[in-house]
Parts: sequence; structure tokens; C-alpha cells
Amino acid sequence: MLKKQLWKLGPLLAFFAILVFFWLADRTWGQGQFISARNFRVMMSSAALIAVPAFGMTIIIISGGIDLSAGTALTLCGTVLALMLKHAPVAAPETLLESGSMQFTLWMGFALLLMVLTGAGCGMVNGTLISATKVVPFIVTLGTMTIYLGIGQILSQESTVYAPKENVPDWLNLCYTGSNAENYLIPPVNLFGSEITFKIPSSVFITLFLAFAAGVLMRYTVFGRNIFAIGSSESTARLCGINAPLTITAVYTLAGFFVAIGGLLYFADVKNGNPSDGTGKELEIIAAVVLGGGSLSGGRGSIVGTMIGAMIITAIRNGCGLLSIPNTYTLIIIGCIIIVAVVVDQLRHGSPEWFFRMITRNPRGNS
Amino acid sequence: MTTPLLQMKDIRKRFGPTVALDQVGLEVHAGEVLALIGENGAGKSTLLKVLSGAHRSDAGEMLIAGELYRPRRPLDARNAGIAMIYQELNLAPDLSVEDNILLGHSGTGGGSLFRKKQRQRVLDVLQMVGLDSLDPTAIVGQQSVATQQLIEVSRALISNAKIILFDEPTSSLPQKDVAQLFKIIARLKEQKIGIIYISHFLEEVRTVADRYCVLRDGKGVGEGSIAEVSDAQIIALMVGRDVSDLYPTIPHQPGDTILCVKGVKGHATSPSIDFSIRSGEIFGLAGLVGSGRTELVRTLFGLDYLAAGSIEFDGQKIHGSVKARMNAGMGLLSEDRKHEGLAQELPIIENTTLGSLGRYTRFGLINLRAREKAAIDLMKTVEVKAHSEYQNVSELSGGNQQKVAIARILHQNAKLLIMDEPTKGIDVGTKSEIYRMMGELAAAGKTVLFISSYLPELLAVCDRIGVMARGGLKEIRDAADWSEDSIMSVATSSER
Repeated sequence: MLKKQLWKLGPLLAFFAILVFFWLADRTWGQGQFISARNFRVMMSSAALIAVPAFGMTIIIISGGIDLSAGTALTLCGTVLALMLKHAPVAAPETLLESGSMQFTLWMGFALLLMVLTGAGCGMVNGTLISATKVVPFIVTLGTMTIYLGIGQILSQESTVYAPKENVPDWLNLCYTGSNAENYLIPPVNLFGSEITFKIPSSVFITLFLAFAAGVLMRYTVFGRNIFAIGSSESTARLCGINAPLTITAVYTLAGFFVAIGGLLYFADVKNGNPSDGTGKELEIIAAVVLGGGSLSGGRGSIVGTMIGAMIITAIRNGCGLLSIPNTYTLIIIGCIIIVAVVVDQLRHGSPEWFFRMITRNPRGNS
Repeated sequence: MTTPLLQMKDIRKRFGPTVALDQVGLEVHAGEVLALIGENGAGKSTLLKVLSGAHRSDAGEMLIAGELYRPRRPLDARNAGIAMIYQELNLAPDLSVEDNILLGHSGTGGGSLFRKKQRQRVLDVLQMVGLDSLDPTAIVGQQSVATQQLIEVSRALISNAKIILFDEPTSSLPQKDVAQLFKIIARLKEQKIGIIYISHFLEEVRTVADRYCVLRDGKGVGEGSIAEVSDAQIIALMVGRDVSDLYPTIPHQPGDTILCVKGVKGHATSPSIDFSIRSGEIFGLAGLVGSGRTELVRTLFGLDYLAAGSIEFDGQKIHGSVKARMNAGMGLLSEDRKHEGLAQELPIIENTTLGSLGRYTRFGLINLRAREKAAIDLMKTVEVKAHSEYQNVSELSGGNQQKVAIARILHQNAKLLIMDEPTKGIDVGTKSEIYRMMGELAAAGKTVLFISSYLPELLAVCDRIGVMARGGLKEIRDAADWSEDSIMSVATSSER
């Protein structure tokens, strides 16, 4: 029982180990900025960019599938939003009482709706193709990844879509606070009236809210349990009357919604829409799920684990940045961590024989 | 006479020119166990598929409690109260016990799960199958096979199954769990559930069943009350020929010692094993599931690490890789035929010559014609029934697949053939052909190391039998000096 709890804490322990490591490294060779309230806010904001789409990916991976199109779909959604804002009929009002604010609000609402529909639509296409054909999700989403990139390029006319500053409302800007960290969508809270202000980036609120919703869905609803069942043993699930094709389509569509929110955060970060930015993002998203304990063979994974996974990747990036380690080396480091995580995952759940023979002296096996 | 719980009448099914079922019928009454007996290929699986709705019969009808039952897919069977518990269990290994039991229940779609509310139902059903102390939140994948099987029974009970079908439930169960399973079946009978029990272990059938029904070549060839029929009669019905043919004996004379195992250990803490086998001998290795037999042969063959001891074969000291062992003349037929015995997607010809292509190659290129001829000769020797040597192994029946695997070891010119559960899941006809082959090999001076959990075949075929328990080799005697009881008592002894 204790062993089981310890294993569950794996990702969290890894995260703390990484924090300690970078804290020490930063003190010795850097400027001691790593452990600071400000840096934490920056890190958590960045982590949100990976974490939100990763929630959808977690659900997909639990169901036994995978989605390589998450990256390009995300930037596609961001590009859609950027395009809508670029062509907004009126500029974003400062306050809600200005003339034209109603018009803008409607347009904004429409833009958001379109963005969400794009994301969900991409997901639904994935899900339908996967359930209708017998092709493995890896291949299907490999194809849609390129398709969504292409669609994005068409929409953006092969360049970046910039939305003029006056068209972007403040609250959208504040969704992602990142390094320019003084404005917050939700005003900072004074802890019990003392001098300590508790500033939580808006993206973190969004992430926590979505994490809670996704977590409840997976743990406490029949839908969630069916997803675990399909990932664990699809034949058993079908035998018990679970409508696998419908559930799988719903899973990918839902993930598309998370991807759309990720697109929103992406836009709030870079303030433009560039479809090509998306290629490669899906790998970090998948890495976050795996680092958090998700198993690519399905049936296992957790929302909380994924959040920690996203934080691990962000902490490594951030720490390396503060130490002025070039991006290229950072990529290698992250890649190594992912491999280690997958090997550890294999050991937890069934084991390469060679490893056990090396470390144990006890007789294993039966018959 | 009460209405039977389940009736299948005049079921007919053909697949193209092959008639799989020809006017087959059976009846199960509430609170009784019907044993469905038949070899592989007799039509049992097709009959089950018709019952579960995976196939539609061409003719005939099925009635449940007198009402017409026409399933179109497995879910219909479940809803009608028929639960099928197969050998490959239908459970989701990553989910908890209660989630598995309730799978498909408590609403559909997006309803919320109230695990606590359902908890009592789950506990009640677990108690009925004797799993009172099982934690419902435990993960199914970590439970033993026996417990998993009972969890499937719980799932059947919670969905109010009226008929439960067990397909070869004991082939992977340790002995004590078999007794437990029978106890549970008795309880199910008390609940007036009708049970169909498929097995070819006649001793079990006699213990647990009330009535029997025998299928052969797609026809029902006999049924009635178990108490009124003898084992010999049942076997005669199954096989269609005389029982004495079952264990053909080929006279052979064991020669000099060819394998000498001294102080061998798989791990530092396992018991040390010593024994020797002579050429021209059939040496049996008995023991319970878990006693270490497969481990021992894997270590002998080089698949697992040798922690201590020495192995001498045919005058040479054996160490190093599997290749070295194969070159010395050892061949291993693994217990796991599907994954370790054969390359399922490859044709027969590839499988038989796998691993020993060296004799047909020159400069790395294979002389295909020579290889083909060798494969055809081998197929004749082991009597594989297939229409071409290029047929994929996966299309063959279990018995024929096993013959192909044996052909492969023969092709390697193995002098010592280690066979781990070679007759598991194989029909009676092929079994006797395999026994005959073992006898012929021994007569030709080769050696057979025969691992089996089925004592009657060991006693009939082997010259000497060693019994293992808890990782150690306890005792070796001539086969004539052993009996089923004495083997079992050594196998279950608890001293180390």
C-alpha cells in the first residue's frame, strides 16, 4: 500500500528534485533568481500553455490513443482568433460603456465561439476518422497534423497574422502574464490584510479551473470510467456495452476544446497567429502527460500528474534559461528526461527482465 | 418436467463448404451443471459464438425459459442473462475491482458514478464468490488469475445472469483454486443458476457436472447424466475410436547419461538442482504451477541467467548463449506457443526452418529449393494437416501449430528436446500423435524432457519423473514407482 502511494508521488518528487537542482545551480552560476515569487509566476504561466492542451491529451492517452495534431490545431485556433480580431469592426473598448462596445463584445464572443468550434472541429475530425477507420491514432493524427497546418497556412496566407493592438481587449492580454508580470486579470489578493500580496497569474486560474473540471470528469463520471475501460481493454469495454466509437469521438472532440483554450493562451502570449509555431508543440504536450504518469498503452494517467509534468518541463526550460544555457542543450536535456520517465514508467508497470535481474536477488517468476 | 433454462435445438451452421454445426442441441436446467465436452475442432467454439450472438445460426432455434432468444451481438446475450467467462478473461486490468464489476452499469453516458452507493452491491456479490476480503478498490491487473476469474463471475452475478458459461476455466489455475472454483459453482447452483462447463479434464467434469453433452465433428454424439456413464465411454464418444490408442507406447531403451545438471541455480537464493538424464529417455517434470519448472528449463537453455552450477551435455560443458546450446543439440519448445513458440504471421516453411537456416545458405543467400524440400519432409514427419507449406501458421488449429513448433526443433537436429506443456489446449487426437512422436524420438536415441501439469499423460508416457516444488527438485523415481497421489503429495510438500 505504501509502495503504491510512493509511486504515485513519483512525478511530484521529480519536480521537487528539479527545483532543488536548479536552485543550487542558479545560486552557484546564475543570479539567484530561480527561486523567487516572480519567477514562479513566470514559470506557472508558461506551464499553463502546455498544461491546458495536455489535459485533453491526457484523456486521449488514457483512452489508449494519441494525438499528434495537437500542436498545429492549437496554433490554428490561435490564428483563427487573430484573424477575427484583425478584422474586428471596431476597436476594443476601454470600458464597457463606450459606444461600440456592444458591437465589439458581440464580435469578440463570435470570435471566441469560432475559435472553440475550430478546436472541437479538429478534434471531431480526428475522433471520427479514428473510430470509423481501423487506422491507428498515431497515423491518423500524423495526417491531420499536416492538414491543420495547411489550413492554417491558407488562412494566414503563409505569413503571421497580426492583430492590431487596439483590437485586442485588455482582458485577453492579461490572460497570459508571463514575463511582463505586473498586470493581472484577477487582482492580487492581500493575504489577511498584510503586506504580502498573493498574485496569481490569470492563466493559472484558467488552468486550475479546467484541471478541476477534467479531473472530476475522469474520476467521478461514467463517461470518465468508460474512457479508462476502453484504454485498459477495449474488447472488455465493448463486451460490457460501452459504445467505443462514440466515446472515442467524444474524447477527441473534448480534447479539441482544450486545444482551443490552449490557442487562446498562445495568442495572449505572442499576440499574433502563426500556424507554423505549432509544429513541435505536440511533443511537449505528450511529454507532460507521460512525465505525469500517463501510459502510452492506455488505461493510466491523471490530470494532476499531467500538471506536474507540464511544470517539470517548464522548470527545466526556465532554469536552463536563467543559467544562459542555449536552447539547443535545453532540448537535449528535456529529451533525456522524457526517456528516463518512460523507462521508469515501464519499471513500475511490468518490467524489463534485465533490470530486475540486475537489482534483485530474489527469485522471480512462476511455473 | 420443468422448462429448461436454456434450450438450443437443431442448430446448423456452415462456413462455405465446411459444416461447423450439424443439428446440434443442448439443454440446461436451472441449478444444474451441464458439461460440454469435445475436442478442439468439434464445434464447441462455434456453438458458443452462436449462443453469444457473435454468429447467426443458419437453422435451429434457441429458447431461454421457453421464450425465443435471437441475439444479434454479444451484448444481447448479456442482457438476456447469459454470461460467458472465457479463458482469456474479459477484464480491464488497469481499473479497480468494483469498476470492472460495474462496467456497463449504473447508467450510460455522462451520468455520475456513485461508487459509494454501489459499494454494498459490489461487496455482496464479492462475498457470494468467496472474495470477502478483497478490497474493491484494488487494481484488477494485480490479482491472481483465480481471483480475476471470480471477479468476472461477480460481474455476471451483479447483472443477474441466469446462465453462466465457463470455457476451460481450470487450465491456468493452481490446484487449490480449482477446489475453490468448484465450491463457488456449487453456490451458484443453489441460486438456481444454470451452468455450462466446458473442459476436457474428465476428472473435473465428473466432480462438478450433473449432465454431459459430447460434440464430435460438429454433431452431438451423446448426452445424459454423468453418473451413468464411464470415462472410457465419454472418451470413446469424443474421439470416435478405441481408448487404448490414447497413449501409444513405442518401445525404447535408455542409454548413457547425456545431460548432467549439478548445483544449478537461477538466482543466488534458489535451491540448488541436481539431476541427470540418459539418451533415449523420456524424462518427465511434474510440479504445481509456480514450482519452478519453466524457470529451470529456461536456465538450462540459456534464456535466463545461471547464477551457479554447471551443465554438461553430450560431453561438453554448456555455457554462453542460446545459440551455443542449440549448436550443442538442445531444443526448447516453450509453454507459450503463441508468443514464444511460433512466428504467427509467417508461413509454415519459415517457422520450421527458423533459426537453423545456416545449412541452406551460401554467402548469406538462402537456397530456397533446398529449404522447401526440407520443410515438406518435416511436415510429413510430424503429420501437419495443412494445404500448403506456404500457409500462415496462424491459420492452423492449435494442434497443428504445435506440430509445426515440434518440427522446428527436429529441424535443428536437437538431441535433447525440452517440451514445456506441449499438449496444453490440444485435441485428444493430436495429443496421442505427439506422445507417439516422443516415443519414436526416444527409440531413435534422442532425449525428451517433458514438462506437464497433467499427471495421467506423464505417468503413461515417461520413463522417469522428477517432481519439483518451490523451486527445488524434490524426488526422481521411475514412472512405474509413481502414482498421481504420490506425485501430488511430493509436489505440495512444504519443506524447502
